[in-house]
Amino acid sequence: MAQEPTHIRFLDRRVVQQWLVIGTFSLAPLALLITFTYLPFVKMIEFSFYKMRYLGPRVYIGLKNYQDVFTREDTVSALLNSFYYMGAGVIQLALSLYFATILSYKVRFANFFKATLFFPFLVNGIAMGFIFRFFYTRGMVFDSLLSLVGFAKENLPFWLRDRAINNYSIAATSIWRYMGQSMVLFIGAIQSVSPEFYEAAEIDGATRLQQFRYIIFPMLKPIITLNVMLMVKGSFSAFEGPYVITNGMNATATFVVMMHQLAHEAGKVGLASAMAIVLLFIILIGTILQHFIYNRLFGEKTRSII
Amino acid sequence: MKQPRISPVRILVYISLVFGTFVSLVPLVTVLIASFKNMREFTYSGALDFPENWFYLENYLVAWTKAKMPLAFWNTSLILFFTLGGSILTGTMIAYVLNRFTFRGRELLKGAFLMANLIPGVTMQVSTYRIMTSLGLVNSIPGIVLLYTGTDIIAIYIFLQFFSSIPTSLDEAAYIDGASYFTIFFKVLFPLLKPAIVTVLILKGVAIYKEYYLANLYLQSKTRYVTISTSLYTFTGEYGNQYNFISAGVMITIIPILVTFLLLQRSIYSGIAQGAVKE
Repeated sequence: MAQEPTHIRFLDRRVVQQWLVIGTFSLAPLALLITFTYLPFVKMIEFSFYKMRYLGPRVYIGLKNYQDVFTREDTVSALLNSFYYMGAGVIQLALSLYFATILSYKVRFANFFKATLFFPFLVNGIAMGFIFRFFYTRGMVFDSLLSLVGFAKENLPFWLRDRAINNYSIAATSIWRYMGQSMVLFIGAIQSVSPEFYEAAEIDGATRLQQFRYIIFPMLKPIITLNVMLMVKGSFSAFEGPYVITNGMNATATFVVMMHQLAHEAGKVGLASAMAIVLLFIILIGTILQHFIYNRLFGEKTRSII
Repeated sequence: MKQPRISPVRILVYISLVFGTFVSLVPLVTVLIASFKNMREFTYSGALDFPENWFYLENYLVAWTKAKMPLAFWNTSLILFFTLGGSILTGTMIAYVLNRFTFRGRELLKGAFLMANLIPGVTMQVSTYRIMTSLGLVNSIPGIVLLYTGTDIIAIYIFLQFFSSIPTSLDEAAYIDGASYFTIFFKVLFPLLKPAIVTVLILKGVAIYKEYYLANLYLQSKTRYVTISTSLYTFTGEYGNQYNFISAGVMITIIPILVTFLLLQRSIYSGIAQGAVKE
């Protein structure tokens, strides 16, 4: 009786088993990925060429929706609102870098300060909405604080209604909410630098400022760059603050808030889809630029961090 | 060693820290204060005035029942339990496949998962909403669980990275001892993934607890499918500007996460640090 050499049977069994495990283990994750990411993505491209609602007939209108995204007053102003969030993002990063640096040195009650600066990040979306509606309401928290330091209550503006300032008011809440998160990130990065560096620098007589300038800052450059890029992308997709605090009223809608309202309230699903595609395109360009700039600045060596 | 001495710079540093803490806490503390005031007191006292009675709990009782908090806590617990379980199972399984086997199409599969991370979830809801509707997943706890599980790419990143730190010689040895790949995964590798699982539990747990938009969009019946984050929605209508009740509701949603934070501070910091680098 001719018998197969045992190693071939062994291999066969092994290959079959491998495919079995690959198949069964990929099935559920892949099905979820397709259903909730790629199918909606393809559908969204399709929708963007139609004038349509969620239910009922639809009309093919070619690129009209895309044209509208860049010409309608409300969508353009929503897109421009991103710059308020970019400004807030710059302040957020600067503050978080500052607090991360000083909290990494010997400071009394460092854990307490770190915890209180970080905690707002954990507050849920709608609670934050109520907290800041209360905070900014006429005669409530912010007005009371300002009158304590000498401002006349009557002369204060309506923080959420006055179109000259309401976008600043809301963008400021994103600093409150996310500063702690980036601070924790930076603290992690600073602590990954070996303490011997600082000790050596201290022995050489370097001041704290010099230590920051010549040791901490260069070490953090990659993560700072990365955060700047994330911040730019994040400001184009800023959403929860304006959504829960004002629901986009009085010209505070950001691009994504506007998109949500057009789709789910005004029934302009086609236009909203076109907005989403435009946003994804902006993010894609941002990501490509990020890789390009990053490689230029830091070369191949640090590439793995991305 | 030099003794830290009192210098003007040091004083400025402390002033900035105290100011930062003040800014962080004032919005929260003023809500806490408002939550202990009765209607009359809330109307006539300033927002910064302390309440007459720090044990006035009437607002909490009203908020607890009006906002259907018991049901909200139950629903959120269910969602957390099944989503976290699902994310960990699917995340570790796909990471195992992508990290341990070489096969035709692996890079494509990996790319498909990692690319998904570029797309911000909220932007996809315009069309996802249609898909959820046609699958009958709107107003259903399993529906939101599937959505939360299916859009979780960060967990896959974390598991992928962790897998690459576990030597393959371990799998080989187990295989030679006669273990099947399933046994290797569940008995040998899964227990070793514990640190990564903890990171994912924290990141994902916090994210779901905080998440408002999807919960609000897909769990529309606020009588049956209310969650902790959507429970406060009740107060947008009839309670309008009655911030003493609203504040109590806000505090009820904040307390569980505050307690969790105080207990797990270190793990939360390290979870955030690990998760965000890969964003």
